[in-house]
Amino acid sequence: MKNQYNLNHKDTGKPFTFKILIFVIAVIILTSCSGTNQSENPPPQPENDQIILATTTSTQDSGLLDFLLPDFQAQSGYLVKTIAVGTGKALKMAEDGNADVLLVHAPAAEQELVGKGYAIDRQLVMHNDFVIIGPPEDPAGIKGLTSATEAMMKIMNSNSVFLSRGDDSGTHKKEIAFWNDLGEVPGGDWYLESGQGMGATLRIASEKGGYTLTDRATFLANQDIVDSKVMVEGDSRLLNIYHVMVVNPEKWPQVNYPGAQDFAAFLLAADTQAKIGSFGIDRFGQPLFTPDGGKTEQDLGIK
Amino acid sequence: MELLWDGIKEAFFLIVSGDQEIWAITWLTLKVSGVATAISLLIGLPLGTWLALRDFTGRGCLFSFINTGMAFPPVVVGLWVSIFLWRNGPFGDLGLIYTPTAMVIAQIIIATPIVIGLTIAALQQLNPYLRIQLLGLGASRLQATFALWRESRLLLLAALMAGFGSIISEVGASMMVGGNIKDQTRVLTTAIVLETSRGRFTVAIALGFILLLLAYLVNFGLTVVQQRTTRSKDIQ
Repeated sequence: MKNQYNLNHKDTGKPFTFKILIFVIAVIILTSCSGTNQSENPPPQPENDQIILATTTSTQDSGLLDFLLPDFQAQSGYLVKTIAVGTGKALKMAEDGNADVLLVHAPAAEQELVGKGYAIDRQLVMHNDFVIIGPPEDPAGIKGLTSATEAMMKIMNSNSVFLSRGDDSGTHKKEIAFWNDLGEVPGGDWYLESGQGMGATLRIASEKGGYTLTDRATFLANQDIVDSKVMVEGDSRLLNIYHVMVVNPEKWPQVNYPGAQDFAAFLLAADTQAKIGSFGIDRFGQPLFTPDGGKTEQDLGIK
Repeated sequence: MELLWDGIKEAFFLIVSGDQEIWAITWLTLKVSGVATAISLLIGLPLGTWLALRDFTGRGCLFSFINTGMAFPPVVVGLWVSIFLWRNGPFGDLGLIYTPTAMVIAQIIIATPIVIGLTIAALQQLNPYLRIQLLGLGASRLQATFALWRESRLLLLAALMAGFGSIISEVGASMMVGGNIKDQTRVLTTAIVLETSRGRFTVAIALGFILLLLAYLVNFGLTVVQQRTTRSKDIQ
């Protein structure tokens, strides 16, 4: 008779489970032994071979860094630890000496950091642009406008859902600058703050049928999974300009200054600039970034 | 270290000043995790009891699955729930993504295996003859079950606390299915992630202290209940 009340605690599953466990451990040990593929030309070994790169989520989410960093690591022997965060945190990391080099896009805040002496050697690397995206139905009727501020005013006046990053990132700062230009303080049911990265915010905008300001790179990288379409583009104020900066070793002696300089030089080298200019063509039919090595902001039509 | 001290001061200031946004976030945190814990208890307690008292083939295997479920990474749960709730997902028409309800659903999935697993453990450590005796003395199955729960209440309350603790401190799923939208789905943990990414570490630390305080108050309440029942039992 079947033991209805579970009097004896025999555990029939045990030996079998144990065998599985042994098997799993064996597989792990075996696989961890293989795959140590030594390259034939070991890269140079710098003294301090770790660089902390503080950058914006957009360079990481678009895949640009994954495209560039392996080259740099192979050439120089440095191991780059990328911390992709909002620009606010990236700048804060530099100020606290927790990063060696920065690749960010918030010109005003960058100049402030340089002014305070925490960052040096600020150089223009590349730009891409922001676009205002929105649901295909376009309830605010902004499609095709050439003025970003006019479009945002229309979104506000029609109470259409607008997603703000709300995280002090470069993109968020750009958006706030537009509201400031309009002399408006956005708020209300239509104005949602996600407090997340661009990818997550695009997803939320699409799901909520709302508008948002995004860099084109992240939008193109996500266009297959969101319903949103580009509504407004081409305004010169929508340019998204990336500078590289090195953390000042006089403020923070423990930073990897030689490594940071090498990385900045790598970004501005002709080969890298060419690679930046080609990145994305194969996937999106257009490059995601325009290389600007050696140029200044004036060259881009910005005072 | 100065940062930590500033954080403690900031936490104190935020609590005392009655900052509207902080209160709203804290209240939402408590509400979402409280409801999720209650529902996971309603599911987990009966199910765990049923599983603990029955003998069937594949029992050990099923238990190992449940115990693995106790280690479900919240982000994975968040991802799965998102895929189901996105507008193009199977339950997209319900419009639940980026709502507190979605967060409750994800947290139920995280907490329920913990409640089930610990309920099974609580009931299995009782003397197996107890239930037979209770039934033999004429108790109905329901009465016997209640008697078993009373007998193992210390561990059942511990199961409840573990379930609540796992979800009030969880961030991955809440971020993904809730979206961390200000005034709508922002809870303490997601707010901490945001403040950290903004570089506002003092506020982040302060929010962390508020979260700890909240968890402490809830667990303090449960522990008082737990310990009182032990003491009254000792006297009898």
